Amino acid sequence: MNTSNNVLMEVNNLKVHFNIKSDNAWPWEKGQALKAVDGVNLTIYAGETLGVVGESGCGKSTLARALLRLVPITEGNVVWLGQDLTDLDKKQMRSKRQELQMIFQDPLASLDPRMTVGDIIAEPLRTFRPELSKEAVKAEVRAIMDRVGLLPNVINRYPHEFSGGQCQRIGIARALILKPKLVVCDEPVSALDVSIQAQVVNLLKELQAEMGLSLVFIAHDLSVVKHISDRVLVMYLGNAVELASKRALYENPQHPYTKALLSAVPVPDPRVERGKKIQLLTGDLPSPINPPSGCVFRTRCPHANEGCAQQKPTLQVLSNEHQAACSRLADIA
Amino acid sequence: MSLSSQKNLLEVNNLRVNFRTPDGFVTAVNDLNFTLAQGETLGIVGESGSGKSQTAFALMGLLAGNGIIEGEARFNEQNILTLNEKAMNRIRSKEIAMIFQDPMTSLNPYMKVGKQLMEVLMLHKGMSKAEAFEASVKMLDAVKMPEARKRMNMYPHEFSGGMRQRVMIAMALLCQPKLLIADEPTTALDVTVQAQILTLLNELKDDFNTSIIMITHDLGVVAGLCDKVLVMYAGQTMEYGTAEDVFYRPTHPYTQGLLKAIPRLDGNDEKLSTIPGNPPNLLHMPSGCPFQARCEFARERCGESMPELKEFAPGQLRACHKSVDGWVA
Repeated sequence: MNTSNNVLMEVNNLKVHFNIKSDNAWPWEKGQALKAVDGVNLTIYAGETLGVVGESGCGKSTLARALLRLVPITEGNVVWLGQDLTDLDKKQMRSKRQELQMIFQDPLASLDPRMTVGDIIAEPLRTFRPELSKEAVKAEVRAIMDRVGLLPNVINRYPHEFSGGQCQRIGIARALILKPKLVVCDEPVSALDVSIQAQVVNLLKELQAEMGLSLVFIAHDLSVVKHISDRVLVMYLGNAVELASKRALYENPQHPYTKALLSAVPVPDPRVERGKKIQLLTGDLPSPINPPSGCVFRTRCPHANEGCAQQKPTLQVLSNEHQAACSRLADIA
Repeated sequence: MSLSSQKNLLEVNNLRVNFRTPDGFVTAVNDLNFTLAQGETLGIVGESGSGKSQTAFALMGLLAGNGIIEGEARFNEQNILTLNEKAMNRIRSKEIAMIFQDPMTSLNPYMKVGKQLMEVLMLHKGMSKAEAFEASVKMLDAVKMPEARKRMNMYPHEFSGGMRQRVMIAMALLCQPKLLIADEPTTALDVTVQAQILTLLNELKDDFNTSIIMITHDLGVVAGLCDKVLVMYAGQTMEYGTAEDVFYRPTHPYTQGLLKAIPRLDGNDEKLSTIPGNPPNLLHMPSGCPFQARCEFARERCGESMPELKEFAPGQLRACHKSVDGWVA
């Protein structure tokens, strides 16, 4: 899969910093930079699913939004099929959005409460293909509704009449009706119950296989990400700490943070769960306004030494499907 | 469920919680029965709307104004569901304490954390301010709060989510209650913080011999902590048994489906098996078994009557018309 000719998107040294002012600052005072995403490099290939995991505040949602230029990019660039998205003006960017779609976390909040399901799903078509007749739009809407498992008789209903899982299906239908190449899913199943979550995960997998989609799947649940992804990126405090194929990451994690994260996931099996050793992390996530010098994980890392405070480690290639950012990999393996 | 040889701390008999709503009566909890011995941990598992949180609120006397309780809950031989507010206030926190789901909103934002903790001790144990302060610091230390003494003087917004949940746990344990009800205590937290909190609860269980009712939708959390498991669906008990029984030998189609629908870190990546459809609307409950519409084994009988919750093996109960081995013709 990793040949250069099916690269969809290339992200180079992407940084998203927010300017934060304290409440009692003077108007002329400069705010501090909150480094939500601080230098991420990655490549997205056609037809693959890239999982992004990390805890709250690690910058995974900001990264997702930056890929679609939904937040201002401070530094670096996002290259989509050879074209730098950061160079585009508003109008050009808008036309690119046909190929880049998003599914949001809160299924109900991401749907306009005053529009019917049919209107919500048809809106992208009306925006980008105004030449279509009413009948043609309706036919397309019905087809995609059928595909995501919505009954045709709900077309005139409003979002509040649906359960969370069904709202998420509406969101998926809206994202897919333009047949995009890349769909960024920001925690699409974390608001859903287990039995519904399985339905939506399976649906996304099926649709991906059928339409040849690439997915960026953001979640904090490592088990779900394992299920759906081909490759996984682990983030901590705005930085990529490990990027590897699914198998390599889950069977042979290298970065101390990934190891701790994986050991903390509860497994629904009493004997395994009671017998396993959890690597507890001490302390809390440092503030992204004032991150630690050098390696951002060093304040909670059991293996940190003085060297870790000096230089910020970058992703090193360990094998053709495995990269990790840690300067002490050789010592702790 | 009267097979208790040891004295039970809590006995819940035919607990029913109804809500009067503009659209009619809603039964959130329907004939719930269970017992809990001292030092035992019970996990109540279910999806949203299954009635697991309302069970906790009913036991604590915290139901919303339109809630109506039937049945009884005997705590130390005393029915706590009929107690008046004053008597209940003496039991709450002192005998039964609760940890809420959302640590962000369950602390008073206007009060320093220390004051909120000391209040409990001064009220229930009659401690002086100085005594209460020291005891609170000690408890914060016990829940592994770094710099406990300094943090007594801070407001809740200065704490992270995990730290706030620690404050909640410390507060719940101040009077060393016999029973701790934890309503999704780790749902709002990250996995590494969740692991810290669960380790903490496991230690507290051993140190204080506290009984815990753990309410959660996460079967992984139950697996690590609970001795017994009760699976709820649409207000009804579907299955009840030891953690080993429920996880390794689930007999109810709902439990089986739920266990198979969870993506597992140690599992293979085959297609997830799903439970089709959605949970029923509590306002328009189908007759018979609430799970029938989504059950692959459902037959005519399932629509006619709700199966009784029956013991079919020692200590394991299930509510299903289908027998464990399949349908008897």
